[in-house]
Amino acid sequence: MRGIRPRQKVTQADWAGYMAQRAGSAKDPDIKRFFSAPLPAPDTPIADVPMVALDVETTGLDERRHAIVSIGVVPFTLNRIKLAKRRYWVVNPSRPLAETSIAFHHITHSEVAEAPDLDVVLNELLEMLAGHLVVVHFRNIERPFLDAAIQDRRGEGVMFPMIDTMSLEARMHRQTLWARFRRWLGRPPVSIRLNASRERYGLPSYQGHHALTDALATAELLQAQIATHYRPDTPLKDIWC
Amino acid sequence: MDVELLEIRQFMGQFPPFDGLSDELLDAIAERVEVSYFKTGSDILVVNDTINELCFIRSGAVEVYRRKGELYNRLGEGDIFGHFSLLRNHKVRFPAQAIEDTLIYFIPKDVFQRLCEEDDDFADFVELERPRLETAAEQQKKSNDMIVTRIRKLVTRYPVMVEATTSLQQAAQQVSDAQASAAIVIKQYAGNPRYSFQDSEGKTWHMVGIFTDSDFRTRVVAEGLSSQTPIGDVASPHLITVQSDASVYEAMLTMLRNNVHHLPVLYRQRPVGVVHLSDIIRYETHSGLYLVSNIFNQSSVQGLARLAPDVRASFVRMVQEDANSQMVGSALSTIGRSFTRRLLELAEAELGPPPVPYCFMVNGSMARNEQSIVTDQDNALILSDDFVPEEHDAYFYALAKFVSDGLDACGYTYCKGDIMATNTQWRQPLSVWKSYFEDWISNPTPKKLLQSSIFFDLDSIYGEDHFVETLQDLIASRAAESPLFLAAMARNALGRTPPLGFFRTFVMEKDGKHNNSINLKRRGTAPMVDLVRIHALACGSKAQNTFQRLNDINHTQLLATGVSDKLSYAFEFLCMSRLRHQMIDIQEDRAPDNNIEPENVEDSERHTLKDAFQVLSNAQKFLKFRYPMPAQRQRT
Repeated sequence: MRGIRPRQKVTQADWAGYMAQRAGSAKDPDIKRFFSAPLPAPDTPIADVPMVALDVETTGLDERRHAIVSIGVVPFTLNRIKLAKRRYWVVNPSRPLAETSIAFHHITHSEVAEAPDLDVVLNELLEMLAGHLVVVHFRNIERPFLDAAIQDRRGEGVMFPMIDTMSLEARMHRQTLWARFRRWLGRPPVSIRLNASRERYGLPSYQGHHALTDALATAELLQAQIATHYRPDTPLKDIWC
Repeated sequence: MDVELLEIRQFMGQFPPFDGLSDELLDAIAERVEVSYFKTGSDILVVNDTINELCFIRSGAVEVYRRKGELYNRLGEGDIFGHFSLLRNHKVRFPAQAIEDTLIYFIPKDVFQRLCEEDDDFADFVELERPRLETAAEQQKKSNDMIVTRIRKLVTRYPVMVEATTSLQQAAQQVSDAQASAAIVIKQYAGNPRYSFQDSEGKTWHMVGIFTDSDFRTRVVAEGLSSQTPIGDVASPHLITVQSDASVYEAMLTMLRNNVHHLPVLYRQRPVGVVHLSDIIRYETHSGLYLVSNIFNQSSVQGLARLAPDVRASFVRMVQEDANSQMVGSALSTIGRSFTRRLLELAEAELGPPPVPYCFMVNGSMARNEQSIVTDQDNALILSDDFVPEEHDAYFYALAKFVSDGLDACGYTYCKGDIMATNTQWRQPLSVWKSYFEDWISNPTPKKLLQSSIFFDLDSIYGEDHFVETLQDLIASRAAESPLFLAAMARNALGRTPPLGFFRTFVMEKDGKHNNSINLKRRGTAPMVDLVRIHALACGSKAQNTFQRLNDINHTQLLATGVSDKLSYAFEFLCMSRLRHQMIDIQEDRAPDNNIEPENVEDSERHTLKDAFQVLSNAQKFLKFRYPMPAQRQRT
């Protein structure tokens, strides 16, 4: 089993300040443009926030050894998920593929050769994300992988605030008194994986492990979570991280 | 890059009106769908809002209301709403609310309009303004729906796919785990453009062949191959496939032409399922012919009992395909008769030939050819007058018991009123039966007739048919001459009356009381059958079927002009309504019954049902007047 390295916690940073600072210091014009796009203010009601669901499929779980193979992006708001504006890319991980990751992800050397490098689609990707709040399920994949991949190609990384549906789910099911009580009783923790979480809200099960389907599934999950546990006027700062 | 939203198009493609669309149109929908989640109790459509999308329920449940708050419809997974307003002024007429956590796919207006323009069936489905008769007549034209149904409708799950390097044993394991009967063998793309496809991760595969259950026998076991042999070495290299929007008929022809029983179904290049010959046969059983021949092929009661689900499936398909109640009733009666005949054959094989000739008689709905899917058994034995109880009755009791138990096992439950050949009273020689009928007709009391009226629907299904014909003749000649008998029958027939109609989610009784549901047999079809039977007896008709009886009555002056047509129409509607609700019960995994719940009754159905109840109620009033109890004569 491959483990997940403990991450440095990105705290409730001053995202606006960080974005402005990066907009000033960025050398790469595309990255500069990305950081210059204004983000919704932390007090913006979630219903007014333009969002984009993002999912990347990778060759493994460690951004230092593994790489991105496909990216799915679906823009949405609390009201509507806009499938017509979706994007999906298969990209060349451009790192030597371990035999184990071939087995894990059915990605072969010959196919890798056919796909473009992430660098080619990066501008399009950044354009879709700019000015939107990015929504992922389990940010500890998307955030470090994107950061490392862009760092590799442009010499500077990209960080931005995210809404993580998995950590929202953890708030409900892992951090409550009841959850602690269950743990004390030796019960297995409630699963907060994408499909298990969706099931709790009556959402249908989709075939997993396709970046686009998972992005759609994540967007639906966030709509369900807000409808169930929050309100349309909940400020963004209570949800992002 | 073109992204195939398989997840969405596959799902929508299972439901009408999307199931008849071409793959191209389905893609056009999936491309443009917008999605939204609605918590229980939240509004989806609000009156007078502008509507620009058709709503499709991906999961959950929705209620649609009339403006005054009356429930208009309750919808579930796969249903659509909003099309009324889309077709008119784009203002929401019927508000909609989620009654469960619900996921809606919204289809933009321009896509909806394109669907209406390019696909007539889709347009028909959403345009309810068209006269029902016209639509019904068009439906008839499409009697052979194998040509219009697309093969993807028969695909219920993803195919089992194994890599060519997989061992036979592992492959067999995967096929068994999936309860499938074939696996598609694939290997990594090697430059052959034919039968290559991309999986969800963008990886290209090449379809090498298919490996079926029978291949395991013929190519592996019979050849003595090791179970560790890679499946790619033995898989049949001749791959015959069909496109997902081909018709069922094309798929069947492909199977016949190539003599294969499994067909991989492809969406463009990608395999989306495997259909087996039996899927097609199961689909094409609406005539019931396949089922009937299958009944006669069974050699045991267990074998017969295993066909019960097929009876239900065949029933559901007939109702879905807008068969009328006569077609459904006579098909189900034919099936029921076949079960009974086969059981009698099996019983005779076990017990030996009968010691004296006999006739196995059925009564009630089976005799009238009006069976529904909710039915018990009503039968009796008419024995030859050579019958000697001490010598022969043990045989006939055993015979009756074999059949009765067998029918029960096949889903025809025991008769609660004990109208069965196992009851000594109903297992008698012809002469005794004649005296029964003589007594019922000459000395009728309502009480006596309450129990025996079911015998006035009678038909032979096995053995000496002329025994039953003798009784039918006797009834036809004697009943019409006996006003007292007709009056007693009429009084009984008035014991069950229809309700007034519906109000919101209640059944409105004539006294203004509300009920939550209505038994459509007890309050509708059965009183109608009783009523028509009396008129038929009065005019000497030997017909057993209610429609045929009405036809006979129509040739007399018994009823005012046009009345028998009205009764016929009302009866048809009551029967269809009952059948449709039984179908819904089956589809929703409930035991079918004769009850209908008003919230499940569509608006148009409500109005017509109310009319049908009115026709029945008027006819009952006439019955009382037409066959009065001849009181004076009784006293003298």
